[in-house]
Amino acid sequence: MLSACRVVDCSDQLGWLAGRMLADLGATVIKIDPPGCRTEKPDWRAYNINKHPLPLNLDMEAGQSVLEIMLEHADVLIECAHPGSPLAAYFDPERVAARHPNLVHVSITPFGRTGPRAQWQASDIELMAAAGAMSLAGEPDGEPVRVSVPQSYSWAGAHGAVGALVALIGRTIIGRGQHVDVSAQMSVIPALAHAPTFVDLLGITPSRSGAFMTGRALDGAQFRTFWPCADGYLNFILYGGSAGLRSNEQLVAWMRDAEAPLEELATINWSTFAPTNLIQEEIDKLEAPIGNFFRGITMKNFLEEASRREMLGYPAYTVADIAVDPQLSKRDFWHDTTDPGGGKHRYCGAYVMVDGERPSLQSPKQMNSNMEHILAEFGLDPLLIGVLTNNAVEEEA
Amino acid sequence: MSGLLQALQGIKVVEFGGYAAGPHVGKLLANFGAEVVHVESRSRPDGFRLQYPPFREGKPAPDNGACFAIFNDSKYGVTLDLKSPAGLELALKLVQWCDIVVENMRPGVMERLGLGYAKLREVNESVIMLSSCNMGQTGPRANTPGFGSQLTALAGICGLTGKSGGPPMLLYGPYIDFIASTMGAASVLAAIEQRRTTGLGAWIDLSQYEAGLHFIAGALVDYSETGRIAERVGNADSEAAPHGCFVCRDSNWVALSCWSDDEFGRLTALVSNSVLTADKRFNNIEGRRGSADELEALIAEWTLTLDAEEIAQLLQANGVHAYPVNTIADLFEDPQLLYRRLWHRRRHPVIGEHNYQFPGFNLAITPGDVTAPAPCLGADNETVFRNLVGLTDEEYQHYQFCKAFD
Repeated sequence: MLSACRVVDCSDQLGWLAGRMLADLGATVIKIDPPGCRTEKPDWRAYNINKHPLPLNLDMEAGQSVLEIMLEHADVLIECAHPGSPLAAYFDPERVAARHPNLVHVSITPFGRTGPRAQWQASDIELMAAAGAMSLAGEPDGEPVRVSVPQSYSWAGAHGAVGALVALIGRTIIGRGQHVDVSAQMSVIPALAHAPTFVDLLGITPSRSGAFMTGRALDGAQFRTFWPCADGYLNFILYGGSAGLRSNEQLVAWMRDAEAPLEELATINWSTFAPTNLIQEEIDKLEAPIGNFFRGITMKNFLEEASRREMLGYPAYTVADIAVDPQLSKRDFWHDTTDPGGGKHRYCGAYVMVDGERPSLQSPKQMNSNMEHILAEFGLDPLLIGVLTNNAVEEEA
Repeated sequence: MSGLLQALQGIKVVEFGGYAAGPHVGKLLANFGAEVVHVESRSRPDGFRLQYPPFREGKPAPDNGACFAIFNDSKYGVTLDLKSPAGLELALKLVQWCDIVVENMRPGVMERLGLGYAKLREVNESVIMLSSCNMGQTGPRANTPGFGSQLTALAGICGLTGKSGGPPMLLYGPYIDFIASTMGAASVLAAIEQRRTTGLGAWIDLSQYEAGLHFIAGALVDYSETGRIAERVGNADSEAAPHGCFVCRDSNWVALSCWSDDEFGRLTALVSNSVLTADKRFNNIEGRRGSADELEALIAEWTLTLDAEEIAQLLQANGVHAYPVNTIADLFEDPQLLYRRLWHRRRHPVIGEHNYQFPGFNLAITPGDVTAPAPCLGADNETVFRNLVGLTDEEYQHYQFCKAFD
């Protein structure tokens, strides 16, 4: 869809996903990293596959000269220069706009390019803390926790991609490019769902509740979300409304079929069941027999039976479970490659299907073989290719 | 809806669906100038209107809920009975009018309603349709229903949250819905760009599950190559130590991390604990990670002597990563968020004045805005169908008579 769009991606991990999303959607993306960048790491490869890698030292004048040529031919620039750094001065939005008026310039930084804390240092844990996300995760009487795989970088990258495309479309309105200033801190906050509205409307500050959830009962009572099962954990929540009606009825039917004790569950009319009005004692009585039943169920059994019965709920999968999920393989989600030594590599494929097809990714080898043509598109002399390209050598499976 | 020049002005969006995954796409586009119509029915309003608190004065009612409001600002709200022929006719008139249709129903529902992609193309050949659902439109579990909070578990993210040996945890709400909606917004914008150059529409099939996996993409690559299964490890990190949260004198928490020996040196200079300075195990990252519990206990002694905000200011002034762990209430007072105008107060006709949040980026020339509070149920039926779709008075009355707006 973005086959006419050329992107120069100078991002670090804070912005990798932005360029990856644009590449998934069809843009031609050149990924610039300083020489010596650890491009062999799984994270780098996961988020930079489908981009054309180009080592270039932007701290040097020669590197900047090459970049300037490329920006003359590019639609979008993505960079993550830390505010206050020399590189941020080089990527000063006014300076970039003066030189490349048609360019959409996306800056992705921890707190945005300006503001009282723009220059503060932050990695994922500080960003998840600053965005309030950590205050919602962890045991109620314990320390706040983050997700063990960094999330804030992906949030920032995803918002960066949206910002880039809004500005790209906006070129037809204003006749020029513009600066898109992404704050990773702000990008995480939508993920908190409606938590801020409790503060705003009621003066109640939601906080972490471990394997339970609040925010659904008027008096603040908790519902269990994660249940130990035979081989891991299940996620099941007693919902109300039409969605909860079927799930709750089907769970009770399943338990009845399995001759599991129903206790309080047998007394409930699910068509009038309203979680918003329950108090904690009532919830606990309903959840006790469910907990006993789930302890004898495996994750796979739950997924299959819940899907068959059209119940809401999923097992808490690991990457190993995800890797063998037939739903993903049937939809050609994975992009598999084999390197010359026979090593297997599996990447997430393009994140959407378009008109029934999943856009294909290009392997690092394809990216390199095509480099002469690509660099020419960005206005670079093909003679530079041997000097500038790196030698990623994975082959298509 | 705003007088300012906006990047997406002229782009028209119609949403069928509810909760977060669909409506948040429209909100993102509306904040940058798109005209967005949110379609519900009086018999089945958006689930966020009634099923999720908080409500004004604690009373559930269709127009009382802030949970619905914050994902639907800057839009028009209409009601249509899609199961009636007249309601379906009007839905197709909306499709004729718009550029983008966003729906987040289960696969097949739009088709059964008479609003499948092929039908939409009959009335608007270049329409762009985003279909967002749990599993995607195809595959053995395509029809599995699900909410985002639970799907976040299937996508591995909940299992990566919590302490080692403890249970997985939710990240409060339908976390993965917002991944899907943000990535979905990018996909429809890409389709607009394609249509501008080719005239072609597109049907975009977005599996919220697959979108969520992109947020743990590195761990999936790692597993495919090494068999290593990423697990929840509290606040530990493979490259930084210390790396965690520490309770402070004011009972608030501060997050801090050190990514090099030099940075750790700057931290120890501030902590000035003789044990911390003398213990040679702490001289390098391997040693600090190997004795993380002892190291963090020493740092925790120090953080108890100062308030969280003081510690963050002090550490940042000395080149150490740190930030107070903001509570949700703190988000309304954080100086950086205030500077960047995260919150936009608007007066909702029923809820009264309350806050709407702006997306994660600012544009320099076309700044975007929260142009209006969320619509009350069916509040814009006349505006949309008479002014935008172009029904005459007689036609509008006819559809009223046919109960199309129920």
